[in-house]
Amino acid sequence: MPEKYHIKTQPIPPRRPRIGKHGVVDWREDCARCHNCVKKACVYDRYRQEADYIRNLHDVESLFFDCMGCFSCVQDCTKGILRLSINPEYEKLGNRYWKPDIIKTTWLQSETAKIPVSGAGYRGPFSGHGFDSMWTDMSEIVRPTRDGIHGREYISTSVDIGRKPPFLALNGSKSVAALPPLVSIPMPLIIDLSSPAHTLPKLDPLIEQTAAGTGVIAIMDSRYRPAKNEHLENIAFYLGPDSPPVPDEMLRKTRLVEIADNPAVAERIKAIKKIHPQIVVAIRVELTAAGIGRAIELAGLPEVEVIHIVTDANGDELTTQKPRFLKDMIRQIHTALVEKGIRDEITIMAGGGVALPEHMAKAIICGADLVTINLPLLIALECHLCNSCQPGTPCPARLEQIDFNYGVGRMTNLIAAWHDQLIELMGAMGMREARRLRGDVGRAMFFENLEEDTFGKLYGKRKTA
Amino acid sequence: MVNERQLEKILPENTLKTRVPQEQVQRVVKPAPSRYRNEIAKYIVHRSLDCERCGKCIEVCQFGVHVRKPDFKYFSEPNHHLCIGPNCEKTGNYCVAHCPKGALQIRENPMFKVLGDFRWPADLILATWKMAETGDVPPEAYDYDYEGGISGGGFDRLRFKFPKQPPVKLRADEIDTSIALNKRGDGRPEIKIDVPWYGGGMSFGSVSNVTQLSKARAAVAFNTFTCTGEGGYMERMRPYDDHVITQVATGLFGVREETIQRVPIVEFKYAQGAKPGLGGHLLGDKNTPAVARMREAVLGISLFSPFPFHSVYSIEDHAKHIEWIKHVNRRALISTKVSTPTDVDMVAVGSYSAGTHIVHIDGGYGGTGAAPDIAKKNIAMPIEYAIGKVHQFLAAEGVRDKVTLIASGGIRTAHDIAKAIALGADGVVIGTAELVALGCVRCSRCESGRGCPRGIATTDLELSAKMDLDWGTQRIINLYSAWRKTLVGILQRLGLRSVSELRGRTDLMMHLDYTNDVPVKP
Repeated sequence: MPEKYHIKTQPIPPRRPRIGKHGVVDWREDCARCHNCVKKACVYDRYRQEADYIRNLHDVESLFFDCMGCFSCVQDCTKGILRLSINPEYEKLGNRYWKPDIIKTTWLQSETAKIPVSGAGYRGPFSGHGFDSMWTDMSEIVRPTRDGIHGREYISTSVDIGRKPPFLALNGSKSVAALPPLVSIPMPLIIDLSSPAHTLPKLDPLIEQTAAGTGVIAIMDSRYRPAKNEHLENIAFYLGPDSPPVPDEMLRKTRLVEIADNPAVAERIKAIKKIHPQIVVAIRVELTAAGIGRAIELAGLPEVEVIHIVTDANGDELTTQKPRFLKDMIRQIHTALVEKGIRDEITIMAGGGVALPEHMAKAIICGADLVTINLPLLIALECHLCNSCQPGTPCPARLEQIDFNYGVGRMTNLIAAWHDQLIELMGAMGMREARRLRGDVGRAMFFENLEEDTFGKLYGKRKTA
Repeated sequence: MVNERQLEKILPENTLKTRVPQEQVQRVVKPAPSRYRNEIAKYIVHRSLDCERCGKCIEVCQFGVHVRKPDFKYFSEPNHHLCIGPNCEKTGNYCVAHCPKGALQIRENPMFKVLGDFRWPADLILATWKMAETGDVPPEAYDYDYEGGISGGGFDRLRFKFPKQPPVKLRADEIDTSIALNKRGDGRPEIKIDVPWYGGGMSFGSVSNVTQLSKARAAVAFNTFTCTGEGGYMERMRPYDDHVITQVATGLFGVREETIQRVPIVEFKYAQGAKPGLGGHLLGDKNTPAVARMREAVLGISLFSPFPFHSVYSIEDHAKHIEWIKHVNRRALISTKVSTPTDVDMVAVGSYSAGTHIVHIDGGYGGTGAAPDIAKKNIAMPIEYAIGKVHQFLAAEGVRDKVTLIASGGIRTAHDIAKAIALGADGVVIGTAELVALGCVRCSRCESGRGCPRGIATTDLELSAKMDLDWGTQRIINLYSAWRKTLVGILQRLGLRSVSELRGRTDLMMHLDYTNDVPVKP
């Protein structure tokens, strides 16, 4: 059996006090001083830990909030002096898209590298915005026409980036004509440029090491110089309109490069290929109102290999009044390319709004070949997404004091947990290859369709909010 | 319900020899107050130091909120959970208004918003507790919204269209809530259960002995069933054999000829709604000597139930499985539990053709044990979509009346049961609601460390000692009674004589998010 893709992980505890969801408010003045105080009976031993924490308090800004919210002490206290509350710090995490739950689960995965497991069924809303309005399918007893069920060790998550010829051209009667270059990465994930609002230059070496350690590729500013030359394989330089050029000898060691969209992309690609014929060039297309049309247009050009579509951090279309969501825009581009008969020739990378591992699987089902992320990795470092990264403003996560091994470990753990969860979803679907998942909407169920099939027929038109 | 003489004809001698006398449990409602000292309350009553202890509040309050024990000078802590809040003002018995010193204050409990979630909001948890305590629907004065949750879809947006006057006037005792589980007419026992629901499978090890037995005893009282789950048949369940479903799941843990022969229903578990396509996983720590013995496994190693049955890759294979069980137990009905993929309708028809009596579809939003978060939220469709799909497909294939369709995965209330049946199911399976009746607060830590901190889903001796069997049994009996009453009330208002008349009557419902202007077919 060939060697399997495996990410080595180890638990890495947080540097900062945990921001739990619950805390206990205690009205000590009324305490009856019982000998068998309910606090001693805490199943999770939180009261003793809290006392320890306060005794060794280093940081007066953060209180101890690690209650599991079981209500046992609250309900058993002789005098009823305990109350449970939601930690206001917890509610402040993130924003309307990056909800506190997303941040908390990301922190947990970065710490343990494990798939989050909980009991008592699903707790969230029926469906929701964006990726929450679709479900992935699973295969029940029989599915003769599909891949069948395979052990997880047989599931491949690797994908190829580059242009694929629609058919093999024979070179005379002898050999196959030279194939265009392809870059293979072991999972459908690329680390994107950090967004300008969050740029902390110190993180680049960490991202470099994480990409090299996990085998994925990180898109980096063209000014960045990697610590190790062999890591260039896992770096794709971004050449924006104002970026200084990358030295040729350095570019020759990379496999992928990304350029900004511009009217003369074809010439630009040719120029890069002249320096390094085996490089794959991706074009970054911002999904503004004209973005979808431009992506489809670019896909038709013979020089174009990879299109990287990006929305804003919340997965919304840029600079429009009523933005469409990433998922729907991917579907639109994918479907248009399928109709033109050129979908298989182009690689589509999609980024923005990919916050959870299921988003990765769902974006691929909708038609992307792979996804690009940056904020989840920042959250892995205990970032709160408070959006106040300015010089002079103290960072609540102390990102400027980050330790190299801690940072790389946390990001690696997160990627490993995402990889495992992708395999969970693919295993349930009976899918063997991430490549074959792309655009297979048959493996998903969409809210609109299910609603129409079930309730639309019975109860008329759905009222729009 | 089981004729012992008939059993002699069917069961092998060995199994008959090991049969123990069956225990009876009376269907009697008795108060079963919370086992916690401080019940969580919606409102808090605050008494300030201005109180002169005149006792006016005790006099006016109709709900017994204020307490002063005989011969005591001072008041005890008020029974906050009995207070109906500021709405009381309309009744004219509002203690705050009557207090001569203005020493009383009533306000909403800030802790209330910590409890519950979208599927089980605090109101619903409290109302379920109240039902489990009293055996009746919560008094209207409490104004609990206990029909469903606030998830914004499915059952939570469906409502019954009750006519102003019921088309037929029916007495409560005229209404039949029983359903038949064997519709094949294949000569196997025609089992009927008195209520259109039975208890879901919770395995040995996942919940405490008391929880499991409470469920079984309540099932006896209501002439319905409970399920062993995967992982073997516990000796302590044997006095309830006639009300037990045993599971044959993919790991085949604890499946023995004798245990198959004991029970009237055997369930094949192909998948679970909470983790469809993933199979089960018992962590090594939970594989205690007792569990290992039961599962015939090695102590302390993690036990996986693979997905799927590796002996089943076609309906023919499934039929072979069913034949095997039918041969081993000649009186058993077969239930097939599957989750809800796109082609759940095909699976259901296939399962029928393979010879199953009960098709049990388990939707994505249920589950009591631990499951990966990613699976609970994302894999397979919610049950509300699947019920209609399967019901209609079975009808189109002309076999709807030959098979019993059971739905589960997110059934929380009597209203959910009625809605599931109106969408096309014959009955439902419940799980979480029973645990809530036993005091679950849905903190979702069923699996971490020592298990459930409330002593429900744990095998930890200290924790599971928090609950006793009589109390547990009574709580579930009370919940069932309240549900049955609610269900009868719904049928009464709709003028339906039996719960089976409700099946598939989508025309009796409306959806809050739709225009509801489609002409109703009678």
